[in-house]
Amino acid sequence: MAGLEDLYREIILDHYRSPRNRGDLPSPPAVRVEGFNPLCGDEVVVYLDVVDAVVVDLKISGQGCSISQSSASMMSAAVKGRSVEEARALVRSFKALMSIHEAQLETDDADAPGAAGPDVLDADALGELAALQGVVKFPVRIKCATLPWNTLSQGLDEVGPATS
Amino acid sequence: MTGGGDVGATRGTGPERLDPRALRKEFPLLAPDRPGGPVVYLDSAASSQRPRAVLEAMDEYYTTTHANVHRGVYAIAEEATRRYEAARVAVGRFVRAPRPATEIVFTKNVTEAINLVAYTWARKELRPGDAILVSELEHHANLVPWLMLAEERGIELRFLPLAPDYHLDLTDLDRLLDGARLVALSAASNVLGTVVDLEPVVAAAHRAGALVLVDGAQLAPHRPVDLGRVGADFFGFTGHKMLGPTGIGVLWAREELLDAMPPFLGGGEMIRDVRTDGFTSNDLPWKFEAGTPPIAEAVGLAAAVEYLERVGLERVHAHESALTAYAIDRLRDAHGEQLTIFGPEPDPLRRSGVISFAFAGVHPHDVAQVLDTRGICVRAGHHCAKPLMRCLGVGATTRASLYLYNDEDDVDALVDGLAEVRELFA
Repeated sequence: MAGLEDLYREIILDHYRSPRNRGDLPSPPAVRVEGFNPLCGDEVVVYLDVVDAVVVDLKISGQGCSISQSSASMMSAAVKGRSVEEARALVRSFKALMSIHEAQLETDDADAPGAAGPDVLDADALGELAALQGVVKFPVRIKCATLPWNTLSQGLDEVGPATS
Repeated sequence: MTGGGDVGATRGTGPERLDPRALRKEFPLLAPDRPGGPVVYLDSAASSQRPRAVLEAMDEYYTTTHANVHRGVYAIAEEATRRYEAARVAVGRFVRAPRPATEIVFTKNVTEAINLVAYTWARKELRPGDAILVSELEHHANLVPWLMLAEERGIELRFLPLAPDYHLDLTDLDRLLDGARLVALSAASNVLGTVVDLEPVVAAAHRAGALVLVDGAQLAPHRPVDLGRVGADFFGFTGHKMLGPTGIGVLWAREELLDAMPPFLGGGEMIRDVRTDGFTSNDLPWKFEAGTPPIAEAVGLAAAVEYLERVGLERVHAHESALTAYAIDRLRDAHGEQLTIFGPEPDPLRRSGVISFAFAGVHPHDVAQVLDTRGICVRAGHHCAKPLMRCLGVGATTRASLYLYNDEDDVDALVDGLAEVRELFA
């Protein structure tokens, strides 16, 4: 049975208590995108400042549970300074992480047979975001963890076409 | 109206008090040896648990009697019809309906009961510019049907405001009633525990020529209801919050109103005659019950109200009032500075056992998650009352709600669980 320590890793609580890149950016020029989880009222606002296909700055505001807010904070740290293309790849990797079946977590590593392939799931690239993988043991909370990423994805679409 | 039975009663010289520990033995889901572990169930405002008597009544019906109602001439079909109609009368008597056999309409839930009124009475009677008065504490079930009507028909929706003491502010009632044709109010809030004093509202509404619909979903399970004294024109409640099964709710309305209302859903059962060029509606109450009704659910709901009558609604009410006062006291005592309760102070008449709170800057989802690992079931979210959440200035709350089977141990478990929440997120 999944325990609280699977969900509330120390690094997650740290990002919840001290969120990174908190605030807003003047929009325009920044792109501003809102995401909501109607189930629990979680709200994430992503501000994206993209110059020459690079995310030069990114800010997060909104309110919600520890999982949605720490996921947003970790996302901001991971994405800032990356190219739009790299940011998209990170979104894909994170969503792949959230779709690994719970049973596979018990027995396998991410690179074991049956897990998402290395082309979509690059554990090294995810870095500390991998701490959120315990969320899949709590299916109701997966939407909390993916909310900022879906919001970011929408923002990247508004910045420009899928390939640059 | 304490029944003659002694279910869960402690015998003694004083007034019989309800014994939740004895009652709990009759609820299989609340058994200490439940597969998956025992639960501390504090979410009865969302849906109650049910006693063995209800489960057995439904099982016995399916095992011995089931056939479709109002159709067959064979013995078990007649018996199924008899049980379904007997359930209607039992449920009607439970709320002191003057004419239960014709005025009690079975619906899917209270949401459907309210929609029935919105789609039949309101769409026939209301004109653009007419007003409907609701309150700021409504559940979406008693709000969205009226918003839909307002949008479709140019009806004006008005709101009775919430006062700082979490009761409705009736100061401007007469002004708000000017031009109103309907007042649609919850008798008790599913978020705040506020019990609305209906009497002055009903009297003022009737003086102003408006009808009154009462959403009794959070009231009927918890204290005696006498429809004659409530004085409303429409009253809805739902089975699964009062020890009954899901899938069955109730609409009561005065016979002359039901008679004048057009039918709701079309199909079998609700017709007397069908021709290629039209149809004639059935008599009350079947005119509003299209298709095969929830027969076993009606049998189960009748068993639930009989169970509640045996326990005695006065005793349920007294028990919940005392336990609510204990819970609020314990919560404040243990977590005072971290805890904000959204709801009135304990008061047997004006407050129910629904306790919503904010806790220590921790999001309700996280509070509920930590409590869940201790088997404690509370609700976290907006409780289908988003306008009310905006009034309170929060996105969500944590809500514990009490019923007849809860006791001090359940409250203590909640208080201890919150200490762990505080530690984890400190």
